[in-house]
Amino acid sequence: MTNSKLTARNVDVFYGQKKAINNVSIEIDNGIVTAFIGPSGCGKSTFLRSLNRMNDTIADARVTGEILLDGEDIYAAAMDPVALRARVGMVFQKPNPFPKSIYENIAYGPRIHGLAPAKADLDGIIESSLTKAGLWDEVKDRLNEPGTALSGGQQQRLCIARAIAVSPEVILMDEPCSALDPIATARIEELIDELKESFAIVIVTHSMQQAARVSQRTAFFHLGNLVEYGDTSQIFTTPREEKTKDYITGRYG
Amino acid sequence: MILTGVLLAVLGLGLVGWFAARGRARLLHTGRGSIHSMPGYHAWHVALWIVFPALIAWGAWQAIMPGLVDGAVMADPVAAQLPADAMSRAAILSEAKSIADNPDAVAFNPLANTLAGPVRDAHGRFGLIGALLVAIVAVAGGGWAFTRIRANFPARTRVERGVLGLLLVASLMAILTTFGIVASLVFEAGMFFKDVSPIDFLTGLHWSPGSARGDNLGDSFGAVPLFWGTIYIGAIIAMIVAIPLGLMSAIYLTQYATPTIRKWLKPMLEILAGIPTVVYGYFAALTVAPIFRDFAASLGMANPSTESALAAGVVMGVMIIPFVSSMADDALAAVPRAMSDGSLALGATKSETIKKVLLPAALPGIVAGVMLAISRAIGETMIVVMAAGAAANLSANPFASMTTVTYQIVQMLTGDQEFNSPKTLSAFALGLVLFIVTLILNIIALRVVKRFREAYE
Repeated sequence: MTNSKLTARNVDVFYGQKKAINNVSIEIDNGIVTAFIGPSGCGKSTFLRSLNRMNDTIADARVTGEILLDGEDIYAAAMDPVALRARVGMVFQKPNPFPKSIYENIAYGPRIHGLAPAKADLDGIIESSLTKAGLWDEVKDRLNEPGTALSGGQQQRLCIARAIAVSPEVILMDEPCSALDPIATARIEELIDELKESFAIVIVTHSMQQAARVSQRTAFFHLGNLVEYGDTSQIFTTPREEKTKDYITGRYG
Repeated sequence: MILTGVLLAVLGLGLVGWFAARGRARLLHTGRGSIHSMPGYHAWHVALWIVFPALIAWGAWQAIMPGLVDGAVMADPVAAQLPADAMSRAAILSEAKSIADNPDAVAFNPLANTLAGPVRDAHGRFGLIGALLVAIVAVAGGGWAFTRIRANFPARTRVERGVLGLLLVASLMAILTTFGIVASLVFEAGMFFKDVSPIDFLTGLHWSPGSARGDNLGDSFGAVPLFWGTIYIGAIIAMIVAIPLGLMSAIYLTQYATPTIRKWLKPMLEILAGIPTVVYGYFAALTVAPIFRDFAASLGMANPSTESALAAGVVMGVMIIPFVSSMADDALAAVPRAMSDGSLALGATKSETIKKVLLPAALPGIVAGVMLAISRAIGETMIVVMAAGAAANLSANPFASMTTVTYQIVQMLTGDQEFNSPKTLSAFALGLVLFIVTLILNIIALRVVKRFREAYE
């Protein structure tokens, strides 16, 4: 596959002695949304966090195997995890805006990476990020209010805008709607659909309907194993594996 | 003393009542549901009814007995020889009492020797009456409770209510003590402010209680140099030492230290908090102060004093480090992990995350910790007594000897002093100011901490 953005080969993830991910190989493509589904504790979030080395922040986590971003091994000694995370952004389960103003929340990343030497550049990045995240019209008159004063759905879009602001190539989303109401969820899903034009998006979700609605490809994880990976339409209509079929028909999970 | 024996006897009686009541209630306990409360509760019910009324009677008797003894002694024919003036009367009487307690004591006034006999008699008589009274109350209470042992008597609810009351009293004790302290401070300070106007006291620049004379009291009790010394040592020099060191150690311990290092370093830091302040005091006076004095001399200061604000302040700062560090540690740990994850996921380094996200988020908690630390530092006494000096200097020179509010309180209240002179009473006015300032600091700090906690829940 020439369009592959991220490639994982024989990846194992350990927490101490416990193996959380077992021999997973997967190709994640540009320009589409890839969904990871599976029952709680199946390792989908763990695997997601190994794609931008967020597992490094957990003391006894260990990753073996190979994960390539544009053919470059992200666990190689030469790879700086800080630079990697600027290319592979992440949105978390619970909206986690910084206790700063809306403006400062977005400006945080570009400032760190020196993306905006002049104030005008920064203002431009802030407007375009908020616009892409569908939040500009709601907040353009109150950019100096604290980010924490927004509603849950707005906070999550703020976090997405914050991730976009550093111009990543991949955005990882770890159950981004699980703390939101249905209306806010619908807005985020629309947004994900628009964003896939510019970024490779990987979303972990516990909602099969959400995976079916927003993703083009779906990976089904179970007990640390990648059970089945294919086009979303195929996974949900004609799953090859018995386990996948049982899960999507609601037999467990 | 007979009443102490009575106290022990009451407790013994309570024990007897406990066993008697349990035995009685056991007879009623013939099977499941035959009795409302288990025998143990009946036992406690009776024991409490023996001990509590008796204790109250004992306390009440202790309060009124001295008055009765005095009355009886005054009625004695010997007392007729006492001088009419109330003060010398009281002096002789108290002397007679100490002779009555301790036959080896030598009286200054011969009349006290003759009065000692009647005092002893009255003591014995009223002590016996008190003992009888307490015994009657104990037996009456216990007997009444004992007659109520029946199958359907709700002893359990009664005992639980009693325990509830006990817990309430225990929790009120600290609060009542605080009120007592405030009341005594306010009362004594009020006496002082009768002689010296509060405005002179709070704004005057000259503190020399030793030279206070009848008509110029206001000029000798200007406490500003003390307030300045307190703030300079406790809130400025000590904090310049404690805030950066405490904060940096908290950052290291929570963010960078491996679990093994943390396991060793944190208890070691906490040992610092357990060192008695006297030990810090002589460390400041004997080790640190001479170093600073020599340093001052090498800077060209003429006759630097051994006692310096700098020595006291620096050692106090070291003492406060664990305090600041553990408050900052808590504040940093209270910032949700999601916050630092969010920053790291944007490609921020660990130190950028700490500087730009963690510290600002933890700032209210850290500020509150610093305020609590200041309130501790300005109330600290031993270090300044030993290392800061006694001179009320209004100076910004850290090598100068300086005095603080706490040091002056110690000065005013130790040694032979007339208790009602403005010099002694000024200690209470100083104490009141110190109390109010630390109270305000604590209230603000606790509020900030509370709001900070709410923000992340």
